[in-house]
Amino acid sequence: MNGADPLVEMRDIHVAFGGVQAVDGVSIDLYPGEVVGLLGHNGAGKSTLIKVLSGAYQSRSGEIYVQGRKAEIHNPRDARKYNIETIYQTLALADNLDAAANLFLGREIRQRNGLLDEVRMEAEARKILKRLNPNFTKFHQPVASLSGGQRQAVAIARAVYFEARILIMDEPTAALGVEETRMVADLIQQLKREGIGIFLISHDIHDVFDLADRLTVMKNGKLVGTVRTQNVTQDEVLGMIILGKMPEGAAQKADA
Amino acid sequence: MTVVGRTLKAMEVDTRILGMVGALLVIWIAFHIWTGGLFITPRNLFNLSVQTASVAVMACGMVLIIVARHIDLSVGSLLGFLAMFMGVVQTEWLPHLFGGGDGPAFGHAWIWVVTLAAGVAMGALIGALQGYIIGFLAVPAFIVTLGGLLVWRGAAWWITTGQTISPLDANFRWLGGGAEGSLYFWPSWIVGILTCVAICFSIWWARRERRRFDFPQKPLWAEYAIAATLSALVIAFVATMTSYQVPSRAAERVYALRGWEVPEDGAHLVFGIAIPVLILGIIAVFMTILARRTRFGRYVFAMGGNPDAAQLAGINTKRMTLWIFVIMGVLCAISAAIASARLASADNAVGTLDELRVIAAAVIGGTSLSGGRGTIFGAILGALVMQSLQSGMAMVGVDAPMQNIVIGIVLVLAVYVDQLYRRRTED
Repeated sequence: MNGADPLVEMRDIHVAFGGVQAVDGVSIDLYPGEVVGLLGHNGAGKSTLIKVLSGAYQSRSGEIYVQGRKAEIHNPRDARKYNIETIYQTLALADNLDAAANLFLGREIRQRNGLLDEVRMEAEARKILKRLNPNFTKFHQPVASLSGGQRQAVAIARAVYFEARILIMDEPTAALGVEETRMVADLIQQLKREGIGIFLISHDIHDVFDLADRLTVMKNGKLVGTVRTQNVTQDEVLGMIILGKMPEGAAQKADA
Repeated sequence: MTVVGRTLKAMEVDTRILGMVGALLVIWIAFHIWTGGLFITPRNLFNLSVQTASVAVMACGMVLIIVARHIDLSVGSLLGFLAMFMGVVQTEWLPHLFGGGDGPAFGHAWIWVVTLAAGVAMGALIGALQGYIIGFLAVPAFIVTLGGLLVWRGAAWWITTGQTISPLDANFRWLGGGAEGSLYFWPSWIVGILTCVAICFSIWWARRERRRFDFPQKPLWAEYAIAATLSALVIAFVATMTSYQVPSRAAERVYALRGWEVPEDGAHLVFGIAIPVLILGIIAVFMTILARRTRFGRYVFAMGGNPDAAQLAGINTKRMTLWIFVIMGVLCAISAAIASARLASADNAVGTLDELRVIAAAVIGGTSLSGGRGTIFGAILGALVMQSLQSGMAMVGVDAPMQNIVIGIVLVLAVYVDQLYRRRTED
């Protein structure tokens, strides 16, 4: 893609749980302003692969490069240092805390005396959530009392606020209604324009086909292949997911 | 909505806390009538405040532990062990250490401080050990502290092979309250007035902060009403405590001890705020700030709300667990000092069953056993409710077994009512 370094590159990643190879020698990359859909059945290893990038899991072998430099990611804090932000399928929200507390969880703003600057955090949360979801008003309730879309907004706000360069979205629209799904799609387009690279993980091809520039398919922990979305049909991609085979003539275009 | 409902909503009062205060008042009034006017008296309320202090101090730590989805069954035994440990430190080690070649220096002015520091250090160490096993070795807190319950009670016996340590150091005994361990008149009022100033200041400060960002604010009258109500409560408390007269013989003892000149009409003295209650107040403020206004507290609540989310947010939950138990250990040491000082002696049965009182206080005070929810203030109120029931029943002559039955029922009932309330308000 226009000759630039990839934003992130994962090379030959292996992850094993006990004796099971959850991820077996998979390599993927992502360029600025690009959306890469990561597809596969449940248990194909896509979430595991991506959790290596977000610091939740450790790979047994393999290397990660961020903007051409080797990156050491051992925990979620490390990943954040490389501006890698993750929106988990479960949203990873503490249900008993309010929106601002969740937005800043692990990265709280503090006053000079070391205490939390709650008013400041609330102000920042109001600003960013207003941008993402103008209907957001429940700033003092625990997020448990919010709707699915509002919870999603909090999780997205967390990634956007801290200026993600690499954004990982795990099944971002799985629990959302039509209107909210459209909002997430709009947001993805907007972030793309800002030059952010996005990994979009899904087990449902319909969720990602319209949004992704490239599609990477995994099956049983192994890489099936990567294709440019414009070069394939949905049926061909379904074939990759189900049969684990590259469509005729698509393979050589993958890394073009 | 009724006028009262609207008023409370504008004031943003926690109606659950209000409900507990109401329950407490009902208990007090009922016993007051039942005892023929003996319950709501300066004398009884003073004793009640002192009796509540030890359990309430530990309940402050238990809130953090339960909020983080753990439990600590060892606090009663740990209290017993630490009381015995501090007993030996103050009656055997330090007098000899400070005395040097001239024989033991009993009553040395530094003994109580060094003893307390040693107890706190030992409590922190034991808490760290238990917290390490729970956090880093991933043994469930229930099991680790169940083991601790047996281990520390056994260790408490071992320190003196079962002998009671008595009497404790004279200065150390002030920590337990009594005629020597009180603030008397003026210091009590100074503490009370400073508290009122702090309340008003914090309300003013919070309002200023919200104005800085143009946030919606409570109406001004609501702020005044809250400040006035809280200040009135503090003043009523101090007024009650300072109207309890120290018996003349004890007053003479205090005058002699402090080297005060006895006026012609004899030694007159009022108790005022008891030192253990002052300690509880300081700990309550400290723990509330820790829980609500620091990163540490925020992480404790995040761990309780969603442990996975906490971990994914980069919170080191293992280290957090260790520190939570260190805090519990420190508070156990302070409670041990209060409890043994009040008895003026330490024996290896001190604090027996306190783990259940402490957990019950936290739970009655609204701490959720499934984690993520609880307040320090609620736990202290919970401790006060339980102690009020127990003292009241003792005053009207209910037998000890019957007291346990009543308190057991109240515990279950309180949690049931709390859940009903939550179900109604949360959807």
